Amino acid sequence: MHSGSEERNHEIVVSLKGVCKKFGDIEVLRGVDMEVAKGEVVAIIGQSGSGKSTALRCIDLLETIDEGSITVYGHEVHKPGVDLRALRQDIGIVFQSYNLFPHLTIEENIMLAPTAVKKLSKADARELAHRVLGQVGLAEKARNYPDQLSGGQQQRVAIARSLAMEPKVMLFDEVTSALDPKLTGEVLRVIEDLAKKGMTMIMVTHEMNFARRIADTIIFMNEGKVWEKGEAGILNNPHTPELREFLQNEL
Amino acid sequence: MGQSFAAGYMLFLLKGALWTLGLSAIALLCGGVLALVVALCRISTQKWLRLAMAFYIQIIQGTPVLVLMFLMYFGLPALGWSVSPLLAASVSLSVYVSAYLGESWRGAIQSVPQAQWEAAECLALSRTQRMAKVVLPQAVRIATPPTVGFMVQIIKNTSLASVVGFIELVRAGQIVNNTTFQPFLIYMLIAVLYFSMCYPLSIFSRKLEARSGEKSYA
Repeated sequence: MHSGSEERNHEIVVSLKGVCKKFGDIEVLRGVDMEVAKGEVVAIIGQSGSGKSTALRCIDLLETIDEGSITVYGHEVHKPGVDLRALRQDIGIVFQSYNLFPHLTIEENIMLAPTAVKKLSKADARELAHRVLGQVGLAEKARNYPDQLSGGQQQRVAIARSLAMEPKVMLFDEVTSALDPKLTGEVLRVIEDLAKKGMTMIMVTHEMNFARRIADTIIFMNEGKVWEKGEAGILNNPHTPELREFLQNEL
Repeated sequence: MGQSFAAGYMLFLLKGALWTLGLSAIALLCGGVLALVVALCRISTQKWLRLAMAFYIQIIQGTPVLVLMFLMYFGLPALGWSVSPLLAASVSLSVYVSAYLGESWRGAIQSVPQAQWEAAECLALSRTQRMAKVVLPQAVRIATPPTVGFMVQIIKNTSLASVVGFIELVRAGQIVNNTTFQPFLIYMLIAVLYFSMCYPLSIFSRKLEARSGEKSYA
C-alpha cells in the first residue's frame, strides 16, 4: 500500500546535495544526497550514529551544514540569509521527546504558534486546535496539561501542534522511540493517516514494519552517507552487505 | 518609665518595622525589574552585553551592601547630588538585589530544557516570543522558591539603612535605646520582630520548593 503515490506529481520539494556536517572532528554527514517529491513518504533507517537524525535536523536548520546545499520548497536553507521563520512555517517537526510546553494546556500548546506567528484570533485558533486534536483522536483532552497524558497521547498532541501550522512537509525524528509497543501503535496510526492524506513526510525510524508499509522510499544511511535507497522492496532484498547486516540486527 | 510610655516606644518600633517592610518591598520591586534586565543581558546573543553584565555582577557581589549604602549617601552628595536616606537606601539595596536575583534568574532561565527552545523555534516563534511565551513562564516557576527565600536576605539587609539615618526597625531601636537604656530588651524585641517577618517567608519558600519538586503544572 504505497499511499499517496497516485497524487504525486514528482515535483521535487526537498533536496539535499553533497551535505557535509562535522561535530568537532567527527564527520557526521559525508556528502548526503536526497530528493523528496511532493506527497512522498520517505523513511530514513540506519544505525545510531549513521547521521540520520542529524540529516533531518539540518533540513529544519536546527544544525547548520558545513558543505553542500539544502533546498526546501524554494528556501535555500544553506544560505546565511534564509528567512528562518518562513522556513519553519513550511516545515513541521516532531521529536522523540514530544517537547510539549508543560505550562500550557493541550489546546494552548496548539494555539500558541497560530496566534503568535499567523496572528489568528483566539477563537479561530481554538477552533483550529480542536480540529487538529480531532484528527489525532484527542479532542476530549483539550483542557488537560501535558503531564496528565500518556506518552503516546503527548506525541499525538505534538503532531497536532505541528499540523496546526499547516506545514508543507513533516519531519519525524524517531517519534516512537520513547514509547512502549502499545503506545507506539496509536502514534503510527496517526502518521499513517497523514500519509494517506498526501502529506510529504520524512521520518527517521526504527519501526521497520511500519516503514515497509507506508514509505514510498526507504533510505538506508551508513557512515554519514546514503548507502542504499529504493522502494520498500530493498528491505526484503538488500543490495549492500551493510543493509543486510543492519536488517538482521533489527529483527 | 510607665506603662503608657512603653506602649509609645513599642508603637515607634512597629512603625520602624513597617518601614523595614516598605524598604524591602521597594528593593524587591525595583531590584526585581533590574534583575530581569540583568538576567536577559546575561543570556543575550551579544557577547559584549553578556560580558558587561558579568562584570557588573562581579563588582556588586564583591562589594558589601554597607559600602554601596555609604557610596550613595555620602559619595553622591560629594559629587553635587543631594540624596535622601530613603533614596540612598532604596537605590543601593535595589542594585544589590539586581546582581543576586539577576544571576539566580539567569540560572532559572537556562535550566529550562534546550528542547523547549527548539520546539518553539520549530513552530516559527520569534526569539522574543519564545522567551516571553515558552521559556520565561517556566523559568518563573523554577525561580519562585529561591526568590522567596532571598526575600529573607533583603529584609535583613535593610537594617544596613540605619547607618545612613533611615529610620527602619534597627534605627528605631537605637533611638528608643538612647532614651530608655534597655539595650537587651530592645534588641531582643527587634530580633523577635525580624524573626516574625522572615520566618513565614522561609516556611513559604520551603513549601514552594516542595511543591515544585512534584513538578506538576496542573
